[in-house]
Amino acid sequence: MTAFSEYTAYTEGDPIADAKAPSGAVQERWDTRRFEAKLVNPANRRRRKVIVVGTGLAGASAGATLAEAGYHVVQFCFQDSPRRAHSIAAQGGINAAKNYRNDGDSVHRLFYDTVKGGDFRSRESNVHRLAQISVEIIDQCVAQGVPFAREYGGLLDTRSFGGVQVSRTFYARGQTGQQLLLGAYQAMMRQVAAGGIELHPRTEMLDLIVVDGQARGIVARDLLTGAIDTHFADAVVLASGGYGNVYYLSTNAMNSNATAIWRAHRKGAYFGNPCYTQIHPTCIPRTGDHQSKLTLMSESLRNDGRIWVPKAKGDSRSPEAIPEDERDYYLERQYPSFGNLVPRDIASRAAKNVCDEGRGVGPGGQGVYLDFGDAIKRLGRKAVEEKYGNLFEMYERITDEDPYRVPMRIYPAVHYTMGGLWVDYDLQTTIPGLFAVGEANFSDHGANRLGASALMQGLADGYFVLPATISDYLARTAGAEPVTAEHPAAVEAVRQTEERLAAILAVDGDRTPDSFHREIGELMWELCGMARDESGLRKALARIPEIREEFWARIKVPGTGEEFNQSLEKANRLVDYFELAELMCLDALHRTESCGGHFRVESQTPDGEAARKDEEFSYVAAWEYTGLGEPPVLHKEQLDFEYVHPAQRSYT
Amino acid sequence: MKLTLRIWRQENASQPGRMQPYEVDGISRDMSFLEMLDVLNEQLILAGQDPVAFDHDCREGICGACSLMIDGQAHGPQKKTTTCQLHMRSFRDGATIDVEPWRAAAFPVVKDLVVDRSAMDRVIQAGGYITAPTGAAPEAHAAPIPKPAADLAFENAECIGCGACVAACPNGSASLFTAAKVNHLNTLPQGAPERETRVIGMLAQMDAEGFGGCTLTGECATACPKGIPLASIATMNKEWLRAQRKATR
Repeated sequence: MTAFSEYTAYTEGDPIADAKAPSGAVQERWDTRRFEAKLVNPANRRRRKVIVVGTGLAGASAGATLAEAGYHVVQFCFQDSPRRAHSIAAQGGINAAKNYRNDGDSVHRLFYDTVKGGDFRSRESNVHRLAQISVEIIDQCVAQGVPFAREYGGLLDTRSFGGVQVSRTFYARGQTGQQLLLGAYQAMMRQVAAGGIELHPRTEMLDLIVVDGQARGIVARDLLTGAIDTHFADAVVLASGGYGNVYYLSTNAMNSNATAIWRAHRKGAYFGNPCYTQIHPTCIPRTGDHQSKLTLMSESLRNDGRIWVPKAKGDSRSPEAIPEDERDYYLERQYPSFGNLVPRDIASRAAKNVCDEGRGVGPGGQGVYLDFGDAIKRLGRKAVEEKYGNLFEMYERITDEDPYRVPMRIYPAVHYTMGGLWVDYDLQTTIPGLFAVGEANFSDHGANRLGASALMQGLADGYFVLPATISDYLARTAGAEPVTAEHPAAVEAVRQTEERLAAILAVDGDRTPDSFHREIGELMWELCGMARDESGLRKALARIPEIREEFWARIKVPGTGEEFNQSLEKANRLVDYFELAELMCLDALHRTESCGGHFRVESQTPDGEAARKDEEFSYVAAWEYTGLGEPPVLHKEQLDFEYVHPAQRSYT
Repeated sequence: MKLTLRIWRQENASQPGRMQPYEVDGISRDMSFLEMLDVLNEQLILAGQDPVAFDHDCREGICGACSLMIDGQAHGPQKKTTTCQLHMRSFRDGATIDVEPWRAAAFPVVKDLVVDRSAMDRVIQAGGYITAPTGAAPEAHAAPIPKPAADLAFENAECIGCGACVAACPNGSASLFTAAKVNHLNTLPQGAPERETRVIGMLAQMDAEGFGGCTLTGECATACPKGIPLASIATMNKEWLRAQRKATR
């Protein structure tokens, strides 16, 4: 293991010359690509196998669609049922450029808003495709029976989300992710019954098998029996979600993890923009050290809730005792045209700023009010209940406070990772045959994701993009030799996996997996969270190898590897978090500009907004792994803007 | 808070289980029930003992993974609340709390508090979907759906598949779970073409999985963390009778 100073001495490799998007007008590129893609004869599809890891929106929609097309899908999830993947917890909604409101929306406007919202760090080709497909997603989901909110005339209702001035977000009360996921899950279940999908629940991918430079299979552990097995296919799709759990406290599910993508990275897949993490502005503040996760309060609440703090520092009066003229509705004041609906990165930073000034509310001053008093006066309690009822109930269950009477207290929390495996326009990683969809890839959101765009991207990737592009790959690799468990690459991958688990069990130290997870999480939140600076990042980079060393000296996991062992699962995921955390910090250190969710203290405008440096940093940072603790190699993919011209984002 | 927990420990499906007492101290009222179990597990790991296995994931009441029988009640004493959203303020200091897995013939115990609920996935596979292959969808506004129908479908679609209804039922019936999906899909015009095959297929699978029959005890709807109404079962039965009549005609 080398010291951190060597790790930060990364080198720059060849730039990524071509992300494989077709040329031509941006609105024609996706049609061009689909036409140019080779097809697999329907009769041959049954013999082509595709592994899909994960059953969230991207994975479930991809698995179902590939099986419907006739491919043989082998699908994995670590949950006991595919329906429990964490997309289920997405609350607010899904964007689509339907323009049902006749409010000036269009595919081009959704494209424009998303490129701008991402602070000009995403690809125009990808984002335009996403905007085009958004329209089809709503049709598809309605056909499946997804019960979107409707108006009395029977037509679909929409609402607004941050960073936009149209109403294009379709929703199912505060449970949109649940309803969309159940739609995709049900389509999957239909294929399981029809024999198109071979399903492996409670099975976790622990490594990727690469044969002759192509992704040909995975090593997976049956979580019930502990058995480690190999599975082979013609292509592998990772739909394993993001890596927000590096921070320990996040809105992710407890078991969401980065192992699948990190193992793929170690096998040669570049990692794109690891430092781009989204801190969501409206989460329920933590109550103590026992906290195991943070709960989001949907962004949709900012449609009607007003965010404020007292004007005076240290004002400890209860909110109702603070008169109107002593309240600072700081978002409305600073950003009059978007008000409470500014993008997430801006809202989060503004909340941090007022709390840093000593004007935060609640225990420790780590909170701001989200007040529905005016909305209840204007619309009546019943209307507010209709729109947000389940969110209010959830808030009350957790905090024991009634948000109909007392303003909610909220604070930013880690929510989403825009970074992920680098993929080309076809969603293929740098390992041929390995694809990444949904939050697992880095593709469409640039440096900041707009609200209600994650569901859109997950389903666009799974229902429409991947099925079109993977067939091209499969058609071009027809006749590939089958791989078996005896292949040296498979034997080696299994051996490494077994050794690693055995090594964890052998330490028999005195610290639990959770204690290490908390430690790395707190370090990352403090030094690579909402605001980052050089000295902090260097400190984190010095500290992470020490934590890793301590882990291998002191971790304690009871039991064996040949049984259902949840402690072993946790500890094994931690090994990957340590390495990923290191890369996140390095990426954050090297990007000395601020952009979107990545805020470098050294790079801000006079009024405290993120200051980009387009001349230097208008690129995707794609990192190549070279060995544990070894300096990685940076490959730059230049971003060019033909349609939406980079400007300082303005939401004032 | 200081608590005595009596927890069901069972190594695997083939070994017999038993209730095992544990003491936990320093529990905050603001902890969730699962965070309290985290505290216990940290203690057990450091003492070199096997931590208590339990299913959990989102910890915000929507994934349906958590599944504990607390003092004989599915998801514990608070109405319309999953175990992960139940907080320790619902208990008094010094209490003794019994924690058991879901108990039902169709949910074999995997380990400690973890059970196998894959039978519910198979009930969905037997018809709990609308056949709408990707790419074949008509324009979303082509068929308006009256708001009351959309709302009824949504109310039933809220089911999180946790299995509390089965665990609470003296017969171990999955009628409320199955009824929720039948109501969700059969209420919508998109679901009409498969209306009969859906209800017949799902009910046949429910029986085949070893779930008990429904005697309208109503414990299921009381235990349901999402408030799926008992009346959904009546509608499902009506749908089934109607489908049978159509099938024999």
